[in-house]
Amino acid sequence: MTITAMTSKEVTQKVINKEPLFILDVRNESDFQDWKIEGGNFEYLNIPYFELLDGVEEIMDRLPTDKDILVVCAKEGSSIMIADMLSEVGLNVSYLSGGMKVWSEHLEPVKVGDLRDGGEIYQFVRIGKGCLSYMVVSNGEAAIIDSTRMTDIYLDFAESIGAKITHVFDTHLHADHISGGRVIAEKTNATYWLPPKDATEVLFEYEPLEGGNDVTIGHTKINIHALYSPGHTIGSTSFVVDEMYLLSGDILFIDSIGRPDLAGLAQDWVADLRESLYKRYRELSEDLIVLPAHFMIMDELNENGSVSEKLGTLFSRNHGLNIDDENEFRKLVTENLPPQPNAYQEIRETNMGKINPDTEKQREMEIGPNRCAVR
Amino acid sequence: MESLKTDLVLDAKGLACPMPIVKTKKAMTNLDAGQVLEVQATDKGSKADIKAWAESSGHQYLGTIEEGDVLKHYLRKSSGEENLERKHQTIISNEELQKKLENPSDTITILDVRENAEFVFNHIPNAVSIPLGELENRINELNRECEIFVVCRTGTRSDFAAQKLTEKGFTNVINVVPGMSEWTGKFETL
Repeated sequence: MTITAMTSKEVTQKVINKEPLFILDVRNESDFQDWKIEGGNFEYLNIPYFELLDGVEEIMDRLPTDKDILVVCAKEGSSIMIADMLSEVGLNVSYLSGGMKVWSEHLEPVKVGDLRDGGEIYQFVRIGKGCLSYMVVSNGEAAIIDSTRMTDIYLDFAESIGAKITHVFDTHLHADHISGGRVIAEKTNATYWLPPKDATEVLFEYEPLEGGNDVTIGHTKINIHALYSPGHTIGSTSFVVDEMYLLSGDILFIDSIGRPDLAGLAQDWVADLRESLYKRYRELSEDLIVLPAHFMIMDELNENGSVSEKLGTLFSRNHGLNIDDENEFRKLVTENLPPQPNAYQEIRETNMGKINPDTEKQREMEIGPNRCAVR
Repeated sequence: MESLKTDLVLDAKGLACPMPIVKTKKAMTNLDAGQVLEVQATDKGSKADIKAWAESSGHQYLGTIEEGDVLKHYLRKSSGEENLERKHQTIISNEELQKKLENPSDTITILDVRENAEFVFNHIPNAVSIPLGELENRINELNRECEIFVVCRTGTRSDFAAQKLTEKGFTNVINVVPGMSEWTGKFETL
């Protein structure tokens, strides 16, 4: 029997199309429990590869005969070994090309919609980690918002559609992933914007992004209107793009809201978070399409793989926007919080320019889910 | 950095997962029960995997020392010693020994008879390290006037050592049961 490599892109399609897949994850148990490939119709078996060195016979009756089987490990080496062993006993299986390392870095560009004067907005779905970044394109110019460190993907994409990157934004100082914003700005001579209240310890040049700033992309009238919306961090800023899209950063997600504790000041920022969600956002048009910087579960994906919802719909359906009692709200966002993202302090320091870890170290720091929300 | 005494050193540097574990497993089969293996690897993931593999296969994971890019993992081959019957009559529990150590005394010796690599990663402060296999030759290093508390991981090697010392005329020898596997008192490590 043969073994084949399955790419992260192919697995992503199976997630989006809700196809069935049986995942034999051969990483050790703690890694599997911490973070795995999520899919609505995926089934799982976790047996570390080192328990199978003497043979795979003992797990044969736990593997399906009517489903595709994908063997997954951290970097692919062990999954190839186990896939070979399964192939020798007569199974047709695939392994995940590049392992969870590549899965964590895979970005799927999805067009979210058209802008009024001929431009487009794209969402880059980092499917393995739940991070969302954006490219706003108009008349040959592009802006990038909340980019990941896989900067080549944005640069290549912009080139493929013939757009020049002129502005790069981060809605806030990220704690769950390393921003590619500075690198992209350096490579393209674009302007790099950061909210100054998040950037007090930043060691590089940036353009301060204040509430009320308007930035125009292309010749056509596409404004990126900054709305100061603190709470996840003290500087967190949202963007209203073309009066149609609300890029909410880590303040508001589809099925959850931002957590205020990752910069160490949960109690202080609860009131800011509430003010942003319950007052400032309430003043906006309910027809705005919310485009957040994260998703937490695959149920938040739309049919085309994008993550978006009307603000009005979130006002009625998102639990975090429907808590009348302030004390209850305080409790939700400060007590029983999920674990903090892996290495989040080091990630913040990297995003400030204080430390410069190599690529391998950056990968290691970002391992795992994003964990930026409370639900 | 002091080098730890081991019975075999396995070079798995530059190898990617799964090879460090595959090679470790092979090397382990050539060792005798109770012997210590040092695995040198550069794959960062090898630490968690070797530890988990050791736990599932019954071998003892002692610890890892990082030297630059090289991870040195220490493992001791399972010995099945836990099931042996102890013969030395005078014993003390971990808790009683812990209490005794609250009042330091010149007339107490803690003799740790585990392998050097086991000792290095976790031992009682001021304990003397003489692995069981070296005890016969180094017996003169011990003071016969002292109360000697003999400790190992589970109380079996220390039982052998206590018998040996009694044979050689030591009169005040106490076996610590169960020993370091469940020690909750003060300890020193690297």
